Amino acid sequence: MLSILNKIRRTGHLTEAVEADEQVVKLGKACQREIAVSFGGSLAIRMVDAGSCNGCELEMHAVNNSFYDIERYGIHFVASPRHADMLLVTGVVSRHMQAALKRTYAAVPAPKLVVAMGDCAANGGEFGVSYASCGAVENVIPVDAVIPGCPPTPLQLLQGILTLLQKKP
Amino acid sequence: MSGRQEYTVTSGKVVDLKAQLLKQGLAVESAQVPAGPVLYLEVLADDWGRVARVAVDLELRWSAVWGEHHSPQLLVTSLIAGCDGHILLRTMVSENQSRLPSQTPYFPAANRPERHLQDMFGVQFVDHPDGRRWIRHQGWAEGEFPLRKDFPVAGNPAAETPPDCSYTFEPVTGEGVYEVPVGPVHAGIIEPGHFRFQAIGEDMLYLEEHLGYVHKGIEKLAEGRDLAGLARLAGRISGDSSVGHCWAACQAAERALGVEVPARALYLRAIMAERERIANHIGDIGAICNDVGFTFALVQGSKIRERWQRNNATVFGHRLLMDRIIPGGVCCDIDPSYMPTLRAEIIEVRAEVEELMPMLLEYPSLQDRLRTTGILSPPYPPYDTLEVEVPAYIDGDVAKRTRVRGDEILISLTLLENLLENLPAGELMVDCHNTGAECDGVGLIEGWRGEIVAYLRLDADGKVLRYFPRDPSWLNWPALEELIHNNIVPDFPVCNKSVNGSYSGQDL
Ligand code: SF4
Repeated sequence: MLSILNKIRRTGHLTEAVEADEQVVKLGKACQREIAVSFGGSLAIRMVDAGSCNGCELEMHAVNNSFYDIERYGIHFVASPRHADMLLVTGVVSRHMQAALKRTYAAVPAPKLVVAMGDCAANGGEFGVSYASCGAVENVIPVDAVIPGCPPTPLQLLQGILTLLQKKP
Repeated sequence: MSGRQEYTVTSGKVVDLKAQLLKQGLAVESAQVPAGPVLYLEVLADDWGRVARVAVDLELRWSAVWGEHHSPQLLVTSLIAGCDGHILLRTMVSENQSRLPSQTPYFPAANRPERHLQDMFGVQFVDHPDGRRWIRHQGWAEGEFPLRKDFPVAGNPAAETPPDCSYTFEPVTGEGVYEVPVGPVHAGIIEPGHFRFQAIGEDMLYLEEHLGYVHKGIEKLAEGRDLAGLARLAGRISGDSSVGHCWAACQAAERALGVEVPARALYLRAIMAERERIANHIGDIGAICNDVGFTFALVQGSKIRERWQRNNATVFGHRLLMDRIIPGGVCCDIDPSYMPTLRAEIIEVRAEVEELMPMLLEYPSLQDRLRTTGILSPPYPPYDTLEVEVPAYIDGDVAKRTRVRGDEILISLTLLENLLENLPAGELMVDCHNTGAECDGVGLIEGWRGEIVAYLRLDADGKVLRYFPRDPSWLNWPALEELIHNNIVPDFPVCNKSVNGSYSGQDL
C-alpha cells in the first residue's frame, strides 16, 4: 500500500496544456464557457463503434489519460445514449451495425450532436461502401462535424470536439 | 521459481502427421506448394474429417481454415501447427456439391472458422455440431456467398439492414435462471458485439458470444488490390495490431514472389512489432486492474503508453505505427539522433514496469509455478537470430494472464535493446516484382495477442486474388465463454478484458 502511495506522490501532475500552443488552451477554455452556458457545465458523450478497426478507440481512450484529461473541460463519456448530449461515432457503418446505430441515435435527447471521428466515419476511409458497409456515418444518421485522420490524434480529436462546440449556439 | 521447462504450445510434430497421412493413404504430395515455411499435402474431401482425427491423436494444434473460389471448385485449406512448424492441408469440393466433413468434432477451435466458411463460401460442413450461421447477420441473404467470385463487392443490400433478431441462443432453463443480453453497443469505449448471459443470482452459468457486428468485408475488399493497397488494408484489420497484420500480409506476399527483404528493414519491422506489443500490454494491464476498480494502475499504465506512443509519432511518424511496413520493406528509418532517446526510454519503462508489477500483483502464489522459458517456434527473421523467451503459467486465471503480459513487456524491452544495438546498415526496401505467374504464400507473425496468419494468392499481374488474415482473436474469443463459468456477473468485464479479443479482427 505504502509503495502505491509513494508512486502516486512521485508521479505528480502530468496534465499538460494540450499543446504548448496557447490557441488550444484558449479554445479549451472558451469551450468550457460554452459548455457552462449550453450544457450546464458538463458535456456528456456516448461513443459508438459502428465498424471501426479499433484504432480510433485507442485514441479516444487516450484523451482520458492524464496528459489530455478531457474532463477538465467538462467533457466526459457516459454509458447510456439517454444520458448523452453528443454521439461520437467511429468506423464505417457496417450493415450489421446500421440498426444499432440508428436506435442509439434515437435514444439520444436533443440537441443530439453527432461527430464522425476518423477517416472511416468521415468518408468511408479504407473500407468505403460495399455489401457489408454503408460507408460514412452521414449515410446513416445526420452528422454535425467530422474529424479526419486515421486515427485522429488525441489533439485532433479534442480540437474537433471543441471547434464544433464553439460553432453551436 | 520451480518447474522450468521448455515451453511448447503442443508436443506433436507436423512431420509425423505428414508421414502418417501419406502412409495411411489419406493425403498426397503436390508440386504446387504455397510459399512459406510450411509442409503441404492434398486431401480428398471425404477424408477431411479423418485427417483431423489423425492430427488430434498426434496432439497437434489447429490454427486456421480458409476457402478460395476457383469456379467450379471451392478450395478449402486448413493450417495445423506442431512444435516443429506448420502444415497446410488442402482439399477441393464442387461449388454445387459443397459438402465436406467437419474438423470441429476433433478441434473445437474450428467451430466458428468453419461457420465463417459456410456463410462466406457456402461450404456445407456435414457433421458440424453447430449448424448456425456465424458471420452473416441480416446483411445479405441466405444462399448468397460474398466470397464467391460471382458475388459483386457492392452486393445487393437493402436500404436498411434489419437487426439480427432471429439468431437463436442456446436456451438454459431451470428455476431462478435469468438471461442478460448485452450489446452490441456496450457501456464503455469498446467495440461492438453481443453477449448473452444466463445466470442464477450473481453466478453466471453460461455465456454465449454473438459477434460479426463489425464485419466490413475485408476479405472481399482485398480482391483486385495491388500490394500497397493490400498493406494499407491489412494495417486496419485490427488497429491495435496494425504492425502485426501488415507484416504478416507483406511477408506472405514477399514469400509468394520470392522477394528477399533487406536486413535493416526486417530489424525495423521487429522494432515496431515489439513497440506495438509493449504499448498494448502496458495499456491493458492498467485497464484490467481498472475493471476491478483499481484506477491507480490505469493511470500508470496509460501514462507509460501515452509517452510510448508519442515517441512512436516522433521517431516513426505515427502513434500506432500504421502504414510504416510496406511490401518489400519499410517506409521509415530511425534517425540516428533519436537513438539515445529510444535507449533511455527502454531503461525508463523497464524500471517503471519492474516497480509496478509487484505492486499490482502482490500475490505470493504468483511467484510459484512459473512454468517455462524456451524458444519461440518457428522463428522468422530477424527473430531467428535472437533468443526469445516465452512466459507461460499453469494456472489460467486473470492474474496469470496479466502477469504473462508484464513478463512479456520485460522480455520485449530486452529484445528492443538488442535490435537497436545490432540494427544493420543497408536498404529499407526492395521492389516486389511480380513473377508473371499466379503464386501464393503464407505469412506467420507472432502478434501481441498470439499467432497472426495471412494467406495470400496473387495473379500474374501481382494483384490480390485471395487474402485471408487470421487474427488470434478467432481462437481467444471462445476461451472467454469457457473461463467465465462460475464467475459472478460483475466479474465479466475484467474476465473479458483479460482476454481482450479483437472484435474487428475476427469480424473482418
Ligand atoms: S479511421 Fe483509421 S483508425 Fe479509425 S477506424 Fe478507420 S481505419 Fe481505424
